[in-house]
Amino acid sequence: MTIKSLYGTENMSNARVSPWFSGPLKGLGAVLKRLSSDPSSCFGLAVVVILVLCAILAPWIATHDPNLVDLPNALRSPDAANWFGTDELGRDIYSRIVHGTRITLSIITLVSIVVGPVGLLVGTTAGYFGGWCDTVMMRITDIFLSFPGLILSLAFVAALGAGLENAIIAIALTSWPPIARLARAETLTFRSADYISASRMQGASSIRIITKSIMPMCLPSVLVRITLSMATVILTAAGLGFLGLGAQPPLPEWGAMIATGRRYMLDSWWLVAFPGAAILIVSLAFNLLGDGLRDALDPKQR
Amino acid sequence: MSDVTIKGLTISLGMGAAQKKILNEVGFSVASGESFGLVGESGSGKSTILRCFARLLTFWSGEISIAGRPVDQIPAAEYCRLVQMVFQDPYGSLHPRQSIKTALQEPLRIHRLDRQQERMEKALIDVGLNGSFLSRYPHELSGGQRQRVAIARALILEPSVLLLDEPTSALDVSVQAEVLNLLNEIRRTRKLTYLFVSHDLAVIDYMCERLAVMQSGSIVEIMNRTELCKGGAKHPYARQLIDSSIEYDRVA
Ligand SMILES: Nc1ncnc2c1ncn2[C@@H]1O[C@H](COP(=O)(O)OP(=O)(O)OP(=O)(O)O)[C@@H](O)[C@H]1O
Ligand SMILES: [Mg+2]
Repeated sequence: MTIKSLYGTENMSNARVSPWFSGPLKGLGAVLKRLSSDPSSCFGLAVVVILVLCAILAPWIATHDPNLVDLPNALRSPDAANWFGTDELGRDIYSRIVHGTRITLSIITLVSIVVGPVGLLVGTTAGYFGGWCDTVMMRITDIFLSFPGLILSLAFVAALGAGLENAIIAIALTSWPPIARLARAETLTFRSADYISASRMQGASSIRIITKSIMPMCLPSVLVRITLSMATVILTAAGLGFLGLGAQPPLPEWGAMIATGRRYMLDSWWLVAFPGAAILIVSLAFNLLGDGLRDALDPKQR
Repeated sequence: MSDVTIKGLTISLGMGAAQKKILNEVGFSVASGESFGLVGESGSGKSTILRCFARLLTFWSGEISIAGRPVDQIPAAEYCRLVQMVFQDPYGSLHPRQSIKTALQEPLRIHRLDRQQERMEKALIDVGLNGSFLSRYPHELSGGQRQRVAIARALILEPSVLLLDEPTSALDVSVQAEVLNLLNEIRRTRKLTYLFVSHDLAVIDYMCERLAVMQSGSIVEIMNRTELCKGGAKHPYARQLIDSSIEYDRVA
């Protein structure tokens, strides 16, 4: 008597993860393609591209020197010479907004350069090691998370002193915790996967596993989260500028422009309307782009 | 030499009140070059034995030794080149964002081995694939191909003991037979020692000289292939398991 096969009784486990790329460049193309197929994320992408172009080409796009004081021409309403009008010192608002993109963009870039890696590192380390390491790191994160972002940035700026650099530091300090939380949650879902066990069996150190196996898995959702939080960062930066704690007067920061324009708002609406619209459009664009990226990057959505 | 001895292996998993003894005084020995099977119902602790052996679980008590050396005294780097594992689910054991090349190159980089390209290509050829698979990603492969890559990855460090946790249970019938033949071939040419887990007695019968039947965390019977075929099981559970698989076979 022999025992023959019992083949065919097992159910096939089907493919769960369909990666969003099979090569960095091919992937970027695919993501861009998917982004541009959706009107709202297409709008977001377009605005962000225009923002970057404006910042790079500011001196050529601007019609005037953003800081040139021209008192006889103060508070002129929008016309052919001054497209968005002039402010109380006769400075061209259009040129100031164009130059302001540089400030906005540098805030966003610096904040995401700091916040992305820090959040990713804290989250993946806490998630991978677990235990007391996780507890300590997550309690610290909780403390930061328990304050509203703007209030905490206000406190930091008040402690560090007003100014653009300090505003960037303050915003960065308040934006990493949600990213760390997200990265930790993602890490917890992968840490017991077989491919992590396989890496460990091949002698990979914890650092190697975190950077090479876990971080790439968390990256898409962290990217989406950073893009979405850019909208908040822009609003916080403008809020700090408005309160006089961010970029200081001669700098054409949008929030600060609104703050000074506020006094002339009733007679000269263009002083606040255009910088306000710029803030609105850019933060909306980042929100839409983030949403679009989430759909484009998240394999579970398809 | 790579004979394996496990004595009094006991482990409890879970936290606090939910803590449960998963393995209870498990013991057996496998000669160098032998293939030893572990069968038993789902949840009986087969994978747990392999995970203890692989040092993925560390807080067990008892003794596991290879060639007379207790495994917890072997340095990590040396251990990787002695023991490797192939996992149950080929869809979960390859990193979905890493190309096959990256997957195979990682162990070579970690252990700073030379002739990496050559080794990777040879590893793929040995499992019936070829060098053109290096640039592919796991989602571009079939289940059987993935499992072959997983076997290649386990063999690339030239271990002498291979732990196989139901390596074919997620595969289609014909593919299953191919992979089993491949594994037999590899064992013969490389003189490997196998610890083979399966819930399928037919597979165990095909692959292993001896086997242990497990039930809720302990081994109830150890027998060899001839005893299995002659129906010489003594323990009632082992008998029941064998009878049921024969009955199933008749019905099918
Ligand atoms: N981390 C854990 N904490 C608590 N219990 C666990 C843990 N891991 C496994 N177990 C339990 O240990 C028992 C044995 O699990 P194991 O994975 O070894 O079973 P198995 O024999 O491989 O089963 P299968 O054939 O389904 O793979 C199961 O009852 C399971 O619930
Ligand atoms: Mg198992």
